[in-house]
Amino acid sequence: MSDISKSIQPAPSVALGLLKALKSFALLRESWVGMIGVGLVAFWLLVALLAPLVAPFEPNAQLQPMAKPGTAFAAGGSFWLGTDQLGRDVLSRIIWGSRTVLVYAPLATFCAYVVGIVMGLAAGYYRGWIDEVLSFVANAILSFPVLVLYVLVISTIGPSGLNIVIAITFASAPGIMRIVRGLVLDLRNRDYVAAAQTRGEPGWYIMLIEILPNARGPLIVDACLRLGYVVITIGVLGFLGLGLPPPDPDWGGMINFSRPFVQIMPHMVIFPCIAISSLVLGFNLLADGLREISLRD
Amino acid sequence: MKIDTRTPLLEIKNLGISYYTRAGEIPAVKDFSLTLRPGESVGLVGESGCGKSTVAMGIMQYLGRNGGIVGGQIKFKGRDLATLGGGELRDLRGGEISMIYQEPMAALNPSLTVATQLMEVPLVHEGVSTEEARERSLRMLADVHIPDPERVMASYPHQLSGGQQQRVVISMALLSNPSLLLLDEPTTALDVTVEAGIVGLIAEISRKFGTAQLYISHNLGLILDTCDRVCVMYSGEVVEEGTVHDVFSQPRHPYTRGLFDCIPLPTADKNARPLIPIRGQLPLPHRRPRGCNFGPRCDHFREGACDAGAVRMEAVHEDGIGQRVRCVRWRDIRFTERNGGEAIRERAEAGDIVLHVDEMQKYYPVDDRSLKALLTGRTRRWVKANESLNFRARHSETVAIVGESGCGKSTFAKVLMGLENCTGGKIRFHGQDIGQVAVQDRTAEQLSAVQMVFQNPNDTLNPSLTVGQQIGRVVRKFGVERDSRKVRERVLRLLDIVKLPRDFIHRRPRQLSGGQKQRVGIARAFAGNPALVVADEPVSALDVSVQAAVTELLMDIQREHGTTLLFISHDLSVVRYLADRIVVMYLGQIMERGHTRDVFDPPYHPYTEALLSAVPIADPNVDKREIILDGTLPSAVDPPRGCPFHTRCPRKLGKICENERPPQHQAGSDHVIACHIPLEELRRVDPVIQLRPPPDDVKMPSPVA
Repeated sequence: MSDISKSIQPAPSVALGLLKALKSFALLRESWVGMIGVGLVAFWLLVALLAPLVAPFEPNAQLQPMAKPGTAFAAGGSFWLGTDQLGRDVLSRIIWGSRTVLVYAPLATFCAYVVGIVMGLAAGYYRGWIDEVLSFVANAILSFPVLVLYVLVISTIGPSGLNIVIAITFASAPGIMRIVRGLVLDLRNRDYVAAAQTRGEPGWYIMLIEILPNARGPLIVDACLRLGYVVITIGVLGFLGLGLPPPDPDWGGMINFSRPFVQIMPHMVIFPCIAISSLVLGFNLLADGLREISLRD
Repeated sequence: MKIDTRTPLLEIKNLGISYYTRAGEIPAVKDFSLTLRPGESVGLVGESGCGKSTVAMGIMQYLGRNGGIVGGQIKFKGRDLATLGGGELRDLRGGEISMIYQEPMAALNPSLTVATQLMEVPLVHEGVSTEEARERSLRMLADVHIPDPERVMASYPHQLSGGQQQRVVISMALLSNPSLLLLDEPTTALDVTVEAGIVGLIAEISRKFGTAQLYISHNLGLILDTCDRVCVMYSGEVVEEGTVHDVFSQPRHPYTRGLFDCIPLPTADKNARPLIPIRGQLPLPHRRPRGCNFGPRCDHFREGACDAGAVRMEAVHEDGIGQRVRCVRWRDIRFTERNGGEAIRERAEAGDIVLHVDEMQKYYPVDDRSLKALLTGRTRRWVKANESLNFRARHSETVAIVGESGCGKSTFAKVLMGLENCTGGKIRFHGQDIGQVAVQDRTAEQLSAVQMVFQNPNDTLNPSLTVGQQIGRVVRKFGVERDSRKVRERVLRLLDIVKLPRDFIHRRPRQLSGGQKQRVGIARAFAGNPALVVADEPVSALDVSVQAAVTELLMDIQREHGTTLLFISHDLSVVRYLADRIVVMYLGQIMERGHTRDVFDPPYHPYTEALLSAVPIADPNVDKREIILDGTLPSAVDPPRGCPFHTRCPRKLGKICENERPPQHQAGSDHVIACHIPLEELRRVDPVIQLRPPPDDVKMPSPVA
């Protein structure tokens, strides 16, 4: 008896979690689409992490205006992707700019998810007037043109990193709430939920323990897709001048800043565009890959 | 119709079918041979995963992208199906070979009328004129006994009941005048009384049209009612075949024999003749044992003989025709009357009354916003899910609530559990009225005293939590134990009780089979030492051999703990086996209640009589009177006035049944029948089921010393 009890002590959950992550990675390896996504996202993660090491110049240093890609710099090194009209190295700015995107995009997505999940769980589980009120609020927000919404929110509270997160949460949470609500409406009829109800579990327990973990599959896929959209949104906000206040590097802001020169010096705009689209593509392909493996048994 | 019965219609020789998955090649069917002559019906019976549906798909040459025929030959009317091209196969499918599936709703296109779907068959396959197609469709609908074919032709599938849908599917399959009909569990999704009608129809079809049938089912009783010959499949192989009479009265293979011991036949009794489950589980297709697939689960396994190599089919009789069996030891095995010789169990004595249900009533409001309703002022109508229910349940007693879907049995369970409140009457449990107390207002004792076992094994456990977490939560929640080590010990003990290995505590539900999940569900229900357990069809989604094990387990735990069991079911065979008392419900009302033996013998309520007749019994020594109910279950919104059963009752008296509530006859101690027919007349009814003594030539061989 005692030896049996010892042999089935709960394994450390951290190790188990790691094991599971490895297992899903092994599954993902069979989907080449997913692997390209993983590769792109991992590439940008590494770039962001190692920015001080890989960036050839200071991102805000004004060195030599309007240099074409590949121009050698007199004080050593070359401008691989050229410089902008203020003489700042485009490559270095893209590298440092990836930090902005990779900090604020996941943060904003996470906040949007927390709000959306709470609203969706409450609406789907309790139904009735809670559902009606929350759904009405969500529909009201969703019926607004997204861009107008961003401009309204950010011009009210002012552009800053935190406010980007708030604006994105405000605009995305209703969509997430709808997805969560739909999943909950299905899951709340499961017998294990009835079993929890009949043993008198409180609502929060049923929502967080019995329902939410079983909705995770579609939510993880959606989160990956949404990360991509948020990357675009941050770019758009930067482009509209609602992103990070200058001079901090920001991909959308770079495109906007160099826009007047796009015909004579296209590199100033094209390279930040490529950066945005490759990261978005990475997230989308990762989502596709995840969906593919979740559809298999 | 004249049928040439000598040349075979379908000839399958040594067929092998495999599926290719990431885990490699998985042989689904091995060495399958079958000869089907015109007009003959052959049953293919086995538990889920034995490959019976794969055979049907193989005949249709429709195996999907990851499946393929790896050996053998399928000849239809002398032509090898593997050599046919796409066009020829299309003509064959739906033309000469038709298939009927389990779910009628999924087989019909919901956006087309029945007429469009039916007429398409002769239009496509024979190119007849629209008028003729219409004419033939109408005639065929009449042939499958659909009342008012004109109306049905104009309807969409969702406007028909399940039974009518399946009749439409059958008529569609027959319209092309096929010579072979493949039926894959055609009645599994239907209620028993509806099933009886469809089974009667299928038997009639083979007589009338001379269509050969391959009838796939997990239900041995149905096969007995519909087929001439039967193949019993186990783990991808046929283990026994022969005429229905031979196989049912003298099974030779230990698996076939084991199946019969798992079915609650009328002769079984929970105390004197308990069911004998087959131990172990079906082997996974890529982990089959060497030699006989059934070896590890077989009581007659002998090392060296059974695991020596592939087992071939052998003819039982010397002339080489008739019964054949795939067992190396069939000559040596003598089945005793009782295979396992289980110990006789003590009858549990029922104690004091713990549950009083008095005039309990549950109505759901339905708001009708149609113009007509607004004009007539009847905007609010009621679904009368439960109407004046009255019964008692005693300590350590099993009370079964029987009825078809929509009779209100699950609603009653919900009210009892506190998930709904009753709208009238009282449910008293240990003297306290709990009918109006919602689950969140119940005390911890009230909650832990009433627990539930659910129907669907795939739905009963939270897929994200381990078995130990789920049972442990109940133990903690009901305060049985608080200290985490003691909780674990209690969980382990519960796993012992439901006969699961202790290391299952760390398993997740998807690593368990259906029967194992159901055992965990039972452990969870009993974790808080409940006084009353509601079991809502706990075994109906399980395979026969697993059903027996889970049923026996429930009985054992009940005996040990003195729990009152409310067993909700549609299956009268199971109910006869395990219930002490029975409540028969129809459209929210109790038609009859009483002790099990009283309910199963006259006097019956006419509905009980029809239910008894509808349940297929896998015993050739049982004589059954055939009663087939007409019509469909009326809606519970505004149910019929008077007796709810009068619209379908074969013994209806007349106006009185339509207008007046039936009186409650006291037919015996605690035996109540709600019917207008005088009790004396009901007493004169013949019993529906009669046991015949087995004739001498098929008596079980006596055991050898």
